[in-house]
Amino acid sequence: MKRVAVVDYGMGNLDSVGRAIEECGGRPIVTDRAAEIETATHIVLPGVGAFGDGIRNLRARGLDEILREHAVVGGIPFLGICLGMQLLGARGHEGGVTDGLGWIEGEVRRLEPAGQDQRVPHIGWNEVSFTRASPLFTGVAPGHDFYFVHSYHLVCRDKEDVLATTPYCGGFVSAAARGRIFGVQFHPEKSQRLGFQVLRNFLAV
Amino acid sequence: MPKIRVMPTLLFKDVGLVKGVAFDSWRRVGSAMQAVKVYNMREVDELVYLDITATSDGRPPDFETVDDLADECFMPLTVGGGVRTVEHVRRLLKVGADKVAINTAAVEQPALIREIADRFGSQCVVVSIDARRRPDGTYESYTHAGRRPVGKNPAALAKDAEAMGAGEVLLTSIDRDGTLQGYDVELTRLVCEAVSIPVIASGGAGTYAHMADVLREGRASAVAAASMYHFTEQTPLAAKQYLREAGFPVRL
Repeated sequence: MKRVAVVDYGMGNLDSVGRAIEECGGRPIVTDRAAEIETATHIVLPGVGAFGDGIRNLRARGLDEILREHAVVGGIPFLGICLGMQLLGARGHEGGVTDGLGWIEGEVRRLEPAGQDQRVPHIGWNEVSFTRASPLFTGVAPGHDFYFVHSYHLVCRDKEDVLATTPYCGGFVSAAARGRIFGVQFHPEKSQRLGFQVLRNFLAV
Repeated sequence: MPKIRVMPTLLFKDVGLVKGVAFDSWRRVGSAMQAVKVYNMREVDELVYLDITATSDGRPPDFETVDDLADECFMPLTVGGGVRTVEHVRRLLKVGADKVAINTAAVEQPALIREIADRFGSQCVVVSIDARRRPDGTYESYTHAGRRPVGKNPAALAKDAEAMGAGEVLLTSIDRDGTLQGYDVELTRLVCEAVSIPVIASGGAGTYAHMADVLREGRASAVAAASMYHFTEQTPLAAKQYLREAGFPVRL
C-alpha cells in the first residue's frame, strides 16, 4: 500500500486530504517529521491560507529543506494542492513579497477580474483544460469541472511547466508539473469522482 | 466561467436537523449524518451546515460532530454557528470544513474577519448576513439567529465585511425563509451590487424558477435552499437540469 506523507505545517485541511487518500487506497500519514517523510512513497502538501504564513511555517519546521531533499533530490512523487501548489513558485505576493520553494519558476499573484461579474475569490466548479498530456489526468475528460476556492494563482515562467489552465480572470494555470513534482490549484479531495481519479493517478506515479 | 452552485443547507439544532419558517416554528427533518451521506452520493456542488443555536446558547462549534460529518463529505463544506475565534476556525478547517461562516461575531468583532483572512486566506471566510425588510422597504441586518437587529443595512454590512477581508457572503432573507415563496431578489441584488465577492442567495426557494430569478435578476453566484428539498420532491440535480435549460452554466 502507498504510504502518503501529508505534510502538516499548521495550514491545511489535513483531515479532508487524509480521508480522500484513504478512499483512494493509500495510507495517509499526517506528519512534519523527516523520518516519516523520508520513508513515504508519495508526498502531499495541502494548504489553506496565505502564502507568507505558509512558507514561514514550512521554514520554521525545517520542512522546506526536508521536502527538497526527498522530493526534488530524492524523486519521491510530490503533489501540492491549492496553497501547496502556489508554494512551489519562486515568489509570492500575498501579504508582502515572500520567496517560495522555487521548484517551479514563477510568481504567485492575485486573480484580476477580466470582466463584469468575475468575482474574486474564485469559488466553485470550473473547467480544467489540458495543455499537455500528463499521467495526473489519465481517465479525465478535457474540460471537466473541479472545485476551486482561491484568490491567488501561480504564473509559470516556463510554459513547459503548465499542465492545465482554467478560463477565469483572463485564464490561469490550474495544474503544473516539473518532473515528478505536481501542483493543482483545485481541490481534488473535494472534487468527487474525478477528483479522486486525479489522486489515484498521482498515487500510481 | 465558474458554474453557478446549487447548495443544500442543513440547519442543526439540539440533536438533529430542523427547518423552520422565518427563523421560527422549527420542525425536525432527520439526522445530519444521513443527509450528508445522501448529498455526498448525489454529488451536490457544495453543502452548508449551520448550528443555529450555538451562539444563543453560548456554545463553541461542535468540532466532533463536524469531524464525523466531514469524514463522509467529499464535497465542499461550509460550516457556521458559534464561531468566535481564530482558533475555532483553525480547528474547523483541520477537521474538514473548507469555509467557515460567521454571523454574530462578524458584527460584534469585525476585526476577527481580518484575522481569519490574514491567517487562512479570504477564500475561507464567509460572512453570513440575515436580513429582514423594514416597513419602509429598506432592509435591516440581524444577528443571534435573527433575533437582534444590527442597525445597519445588509449592503453596507457586506461592503464592510469585504473591506475586512471576507471572501463570500451568505445572504438570507428572514422574511422569505421557509415560505417557499421565492428569494428576495431585490435584497440579493442590492448586496451583489455593493460587493465584488461572490454572494450566495438563501431564504425562500420553492421552485427552480425562483433560483433562475435570483441568479439572473439578483446576480447571485450560488443558490442555497433547504425547505424545497426537505418538504417537496424537488432535488438539487433537477434544479441544475432546469437551470441549464434556462441558459445558466451548471455542473452536471
